[in-house]
Amino acid sequence: MGGASRPPRFQFGRWLGVLPFFVFSGLFLIGPVVVLAYRSLEGADGGLTLDNYRELTNPTVLASYGLSIRLSLTTAVLGGAIGFFLAWAVTMGGLPRPFRSGLTTFSGVASNFAGVPLAAAFIFTLGRIGVVTALFELIGVDIYGAGFTLYSYWGLTIVYLFFQIPLMVLVLLPALDGLKQDWREAAENLGATPRQYWRRVALPILLPSILGTMILLFGNAFGAHATAYALTGGLLNLATLLIGQQISGDVLNNPGLGYAVAMGMVFIMALSIILYSLLQRRSERWLG
Amino acid sequence: MTISAPPIPITETETQQAPAKKGRFWAWAILVFTALYFLVPLGATFYWSLRAEADTLGFEAYRRLFDDANFWPSFTQSLINAIAAIVLSLLIIVPTAYWVTLRLPKLRPVVEFITLLPFVIPAVVLVFALLRLYGRPPLLLTATYDSSRVLLICAYTALSFPYMFRSVDNGLRAMDVRSLTEAAQSLGAGWPTILRRVIFPNLRVALLSGALLTFAIVIGELTIALFLAQQTFGPYMANLTRSKVYEPSAMAIVAFALTWAAMGTIALITRPGKRR
Repeated sequence: MGGASRPPRFQFGRWLGVLPFFVFSGLFLIGPVVVLAYRSLEGADGGLTLDNYRELTNPTVLASYGLSIRLSLTTAVLGGAIGFFLAWAVTMGGLPRPFRSGLTTFSGVASNFAGVPLAAAFIFTLGRIGVVTALFELIGVDIYGAGFTLYSYWGLTIVYLFFQIPLMVLVLLPALDGLKQDWREAAENLGATPRQYWRRVALPILLPSILGTMILLFGNAFGAHATAYALTGGLLNLATLLIGQQISGDVLNNPGLGYAVAMGMVFIMALSIILYSLLQRRSERWLG
Repeated sequence: MTISAPPIPITETETQQAPAKKGRFWAWAILVFTALYFLVPLGATFYWSLRAEADTLGFEAYRRLFDDANFWPSFTQSLINAIAAIVLSLLIIVPTAYWVTLRLPKLRPVVEFITLLPFVIPAVVLVFALLRLYGRPPLLLTATYDSSRVLLICAYTALSFPYMFRSVDNGLRAMDVRSLTEAAQSLGAGWPTILRRVIFPNLRVALLSGALLTFAIVIGELTIALFLAQQTFGPYMANLTRSKVYEPSAMAIVAFALTWAAMGTIALITRPGKRR
């Protein structure tokens, strides 16, 4: 297959195909983050230091990380559980077939329906003037009087689930498809009840997938900015909103700390993506 | 698919049927519960969007939205940005995925890692970093509106990498790249011809789904556009939500329809392969 005329041009041509990719990524992904990392290590006097990272214990920063992590955990666990049951319902729950492809398409839409329109949709549902709020009033329940507000931790949780549940469904459906009918039959032949089959066979096989996807959901919520911004206008002290405020004007009164907060987010995101891919690889042992 | 119609061990029909029925009950229960959760907000928003005129349901909110002086300019701008980002992304990712599949398989992990970076770097952190790198003299790109716009398009291109690479990579795996390339070479085709006339046409579905996914993500993007001070659709929608009563509901419905159109088309064109 090798033409005689190829070798001289070849080495160059071989790299030419991937060169634009590396140059572009260097300019707009890697470069900027390297600059951020460098700045986060720069002290007030210009020398390299870890002071900015020590400053992360600042109460405002700690509170924002804390709230972001709690929100991400809650929506990951709730979204993961609901998404799992939903995926189970359309694959093994005995629902009519069309539901499955319908759910797949809808999940594709809903998992990408984030940001301003999503926030607006929930304002019209559970905001002060929302339809559901009004329906509750009709039956004599004043949810805002009872302390609920959409612009709070639990409000945001309800909103985030709109893209968390579908993401769980999309990632988990293939894993559920990977459960072989043989395994169930083998378990049944050995006298296992359905409960025993799930506890001893199916769940252990699915566990890395379920956990991994929940971690993915965690990262998905942790890095989300647009929905929270559109909904609360920055009222809630989330890490992404804090960084947004830091961009507009140095709210932390310390530029270096701003860089450290941003890098801290990158570390947490990287950690969750790495855990996700490790668990995904592990689940491929059975479900590949 | 839990239980196939005729139960195989005849002796335990009773106990086999019972959990199946129970399972089906829970399946319906969870479906109804989640359907309510997803459909009520959409229904409520739609209902609000019909109420702009007093005492009657109608499409007044949509009329006002489309008549708004800033709607079309911001939407067109986002549309052009999206198209520019998609084209740029295709021009970068297709040769890269092709080369990595055919010529430089050793580079695959590196390329895969880089394309995943947008998942690791939240949008708000990316724009923060871009502003710090391109916001001051050696590489000043934020000086004018148009140069910031170029930066925005480049950021969107980078955001599309995970989707575009995965989509193109799946497409390349589905066809026999090596044989097709060798066949074209033996007929005397050079690299540009091979890419343009052999690889691109075979990748149409993959490219289209990557492009549509990018479109769905970019068209209403808020965070990066906001901090680059761009008057695109995302910031426009955010403003609208804060300043108007009925129009935001029409806007949310329009945005949902756009997302639905993009994702529905993907589902339609990829159906035979059933890949996302």
